[in-house]
Amino acid sequence: MSGPAHIRTPLARVRGYGSAKSGTEHFWRQRLTAVANIPLTIAAVIIMIMLMGRNQAATAQILGSPTVAIILMLFVISNVVHMKIGMQVIIEDYVHEDSSKLTLLMANTFFCWAVGAVAIYALLKTSFGL
Amino acid sequence: MADTRTVERRSAAERPLSPHLQIYKPTLTMMMSIVHRITGGALYFGMLLVAWWLIAASSPNGYARFQWFASSWIGRLILFGYTWALIHHMLGGVRHLIWDTGRGFGPNEREWLVAANLIGSIALTLLLWIFVLLTMGVS
Repeated sequence: MSGPAHIRTPLARVRGYGSAKSGTEHFWRQRLTAVANIPLTIAAVIIMIMLMGRNQAATAQILGSPTVAIILMLFVISNVVHMKIGMQVIIEDYVHEDSSKLTLLMANTFFCWAVGAVAIYALLKTSFGL
Repeated sequence: MADTRTVERRSAAERPLSPHLQIYKPTLTMMMSIVHRITGGALYFGMLLVAWWLIAASSPNGYARFQWFASSWIGRLILFGYTWALIHHMLGGVRHLIWDTGRGFGPNEREWLVAANLIGSIALTLLLWIFVLLTMGVS
């Protein structure tokens, strides 16, 4: 029996599609958020140091100012996206059993969205003085 | 035909497994690769502290508890570790971004990069904490 002319499956040939061209999506997004995280994290650390030792009212006033709140929201979003991809890679590297792998991948997504939602909610609440 | 397949199956079963980390002599680049992943994992859970801080600051109740935690010795220890993990992961990330451009892979360059990563993260963490403790006048 002669081998196939090429390695594409008959189904792939019937569908007529090539690659989805999305294989580098995570790779690229991890680098994009990595670059964004550098200035955003430095800014967030400076804000945190400036707020050390202040009482709640003074802290909330500064956290709720537009520049600080927007910088911190971008910091949270960029970090949460970066975290989610990073932990996904760790899980995929070390957990090979399907059910525990899928459970952990779901838990990772839930955790990142939940932490992000709490942080963004807190910043919006402080900003709008609710 | 059947014989060949049996031989193939047996040889497949006896094929050596790919060697894992412990078989290699530890090198600095290898250790720093693992540390990059460990600090990333630590920062993942460290985001809980950021969320707690922001929630606590958003209402009059509960901020005192956060401040008590942040100024306790265990809180300080965790924040010190958090600072180091953050700076280390950030400098490690810069190293990876340099490597992404295809540069810095020479034998001396890569050793220099990981050494700068480690020394830089420890030095910057200490400087930041000394600065904070001095300016805040916190004992």
